[in-house]
Amino acid sequence: MAIIEIKNLTYTYPGASKPSIHDVSLKVEKGEFVLITGPSGCGKTTLCRCFNGLVPHFYQGEIKGEVTVAGINVFEHHTYEMAKHVGLVFQNPENQLFALSIEKDVAFGLENVGVSREEMRKKVDWALNQTGISDIREQSPHEISGGQQQRVAIAAVLAMEPDIIVLDEPTSFLDPLSAEKIFEVIYKLNKEQGITVILVEHRLDLTAKYANHLVVMDEGTVRLEGDPRQILSNEETRLIGVGIPKATLLYQMLKKEGFNLGDKTPLSSEELADQILEALSPR
Amino acid sequence: MIEAENVHFSYPSKVEALKGISLTIKDGEFVAIMGQNGAGKSTFVKHFNGLLKPSVGTVKVDGVETTKSSVAALARNVGFVFQNPDHQLFSETVEDEIAFALKNFGFEQHVIEERVTWALNLLSLSQYRKTSPFLLSGGERKRVALASVLAWDPKTLILDEPTIGQDHEQKEKLQQFIMQMQAQGKTVVTVTHDVEFVAECNPRVVLMKEGRIVADGEGKEILTDPAMLELSSIVLPQIAQVFTRLSSLGLPKDIIDLYEAKTLLLKAKEKTSR
Amino acid sequence: MSVFDGLKFRKVTSPIHNLDPRIKFVYVIAIFVAAILFYQIIPLLVLFVMQLPFVFLARVQRQWLRSLRGAAFLATFIFVINVATTYFTSGYTLTAINIENAASMTLRFVVLVESFSVFFLTTSPDHLGLALETSRVPYEFAFAFTTAVRFVPVLAEEAQTIMDAQKARGLELEKGGLLKRIRNYIPVLIPLIVSAIRRSLELAEAMESRAWGASKKRTNLYALRLHKGDFALLAITVIIIVIAVYVHFYVAIPTIASFF
Repeated sequence: MAIIEIKNLTYTYPGASKPSIHDVSLKVEKGEFVLITGPSGCGKTTLCRCFNGLVPHFYQGEIKGEVTVAGINVFEHHTYEMAKHVGLVFQNPENQLFALSIEKDVAFGLENVGVSREEMRKKVDWALNQTGISDIREQSPHEISGGQQQRVAIAAVLAMEPDIIVLDEPTSFLDPLSAEKIFEVIYKLNKEQGITVILVEHRLDLTAKYANHLVVMDEGTVRLEGDPRQILSNEETRLIGVGIPKATLLYQMLKKEGFNLGDKTPLSSEELADQILEALSPR
Repeated sequence: MIEAENVHFSYPSKVEALKGISLTIKDGEFVAIMGQNGAGKSTFVKHFNGLLKPSVGTVKVDGVETTKSSVAALARNVGFVFQNPDHQLFSETVEDEIAFALKNFGFEQHVIEERVTWALNLLSLSQYRKTSPFLLSGGERKRVALASVLAWDPKTLILDEPTIGQDHEQKEKLQQFIMQMQAQGKTVVTVTHDVEFVAECNPRVVLMKEGRIVADGEGKEILTDPAMLELSSIVLPQIAQVFTRLSSLGLPKDIIDLYEAKTLLLKAKEKTSR
Repeated sequence: MSVFDGLKFRKVTSPIHNLDPRIKFVYVIAIFVAAILFYQIIPLLVLFVMQLPFVFLARVQRQWLRSLRGAAFLATFIFVINVATTYFTSGYTLTAINIENAASMTLRFVVLVESFSVFFLTTSPDHLGLALETSRVPYEFAFAFTTAVRFVPVLAEEAQTIMDAQKARGLELEKGGLLKRIRNYIPVLIPLIVSAIRRSLELAEAMESRAWGASKKRTNLYALRLHKGDFALLAITVIIIVIAVYVHFYVAIPTIASFF
């Protein structure tokens, strides 16, 4: 059973002249690592907010279709009910942290739900551990770096033990090194805890290698969907304006000129380097 | 020309952000100032238009010390585009927004009108002339902010993290735009941590770490030097990452350009098939 | 703005800092009530002197003195107004009693400033926020308070950035007459307000996404427990109230002037 099922979803923000998402259908299986990408304004940010009910409950507007997450019909349940199954991490690290200490921020969701103090302590400790920030638990959000702040945001969502974590361009404001660390944390949660991950990102050079399900959106619709290796080899993807990883581009360019490195389209520099070494190493 | 000599700067909280920086940027150069968050990059470039003044050392812009000039006077020749356009936008229309600086600098009305039209055209914003900047999308607002700085045609352009939040196409357009500015003889200084972007443009790279300059040279050399990687925690551009693992094949390590990479690999293939 | 220095939290380890803010607040209210009860200068002097051991125990003498210095201006104003009013309304005469009464009013004001100063100097915003959360105050208010405190430094930095961005476009904030200067701040205020609104929206999204409103019975990661020191302070507070009430109703308090 798919953990997320979206059928023919069309949504228009209040006062907008046309829908932000148009007739979108999507199925996500449990444990997948989904990467959603597309040019600015393609609707991916709006789609994120459909997973936990911010659309339509918080934003109002007109909505058509069906969204079922973890077996729950999103339209008929409060956002706070969805929060137990879906965690959402936003782009701006600063505006997601509102408590005066990090561990209090991580506990926020649990406090809202009314979890007992002993239970809360355990879950907070576990979440801080998983994201590698136990050592800064007593600091205030203003004292830490952007990368650390995003890890706090992830821990805060993780503490609620959701089945799905959705991240909307979480590394926009971070430098590449901090961004890589965040992706490693997310990947670890996906592999080790079996949490379904939905990541919206532009930087495919850093993220394509983690995904097993790629969704390319443009102008409110899903244009391509499926195995990342196939989709990134597809010319249409490049034409939509998606930033194909340089390693993948190089592989394709070499192929065009008669140098075929194999059937597997590389998604990272390591994969490409391995392919080249195999092809060119003296026997 | 921008000349910084032994610049030290401390914030009121007593943190010393710059520990003795000396740098010269000649007219028409394209420089990328890189380094980790907190290295002091933004702090340093804010000295170029006098927003910050050194506590020790001097910064001279076209021969004039910044301490002897007001920010407004320096801004006339050094245009600074901040990272977040929403920190600048406040007018009722895009037109007014672009005219703001021109009014501040005392341009005559007919010149203001010319410049506004020119800037709108340059950044494809003409259809938004009478629109409120707050109604535009993120990318469009960034263009308005850029237009409002270009309007007064400063000799030097400083861009603080221009690629944040931009998608692939927007970054390509930005690249072309910078090349255009360069071709017109402008000095362009960009503060960025986007290695792929820098790899595409291949400017002079000045690498900072903890308030000091640790490297200054050709982008290609610095971005492919593993010692630099260690020193200042930057990530290698993807093509360079591939080539660092191909040294056993006798291939050079300092490759950041896609086409150069292709040519080299095709040559290598030819060699082995002989 | 040195009076504000006397109200900013100063991080120091002291027994006063560790006291429960709710008890400290009750104490401050008690001083407030006692100060209002009396118009005579002697009890007010007693109230003033009584707080000094707390100031020293909390090791916040220097900041506390700054708050007094800040209050000095307003205090002088109060004194002068009192004297002037008495002078003009009692037929252009001034007796020693009049001066003493004016001094009492001034001292009352000082006692109030002094006790609030000690409270804020020794109570961190975190601690205060926690006290609000665990008291009967509705959670929304406690949350509004802690969020506001959390974002003050962020907003301050942003205001600075906005000013820099506009200065870099030739805006000269210091030039011009009063009216022009006020208008000059529009390009700073508007982005600040718009940014605050945008920030609130993002915060609200984050709050909703973390189950805000899920349960009427909210729990708390931390707990505020009362310790020996708190009970001691509570006892002192009760004693102060009792003595104050007793003295007010049953004891004739002399004036200093009567000794001469």
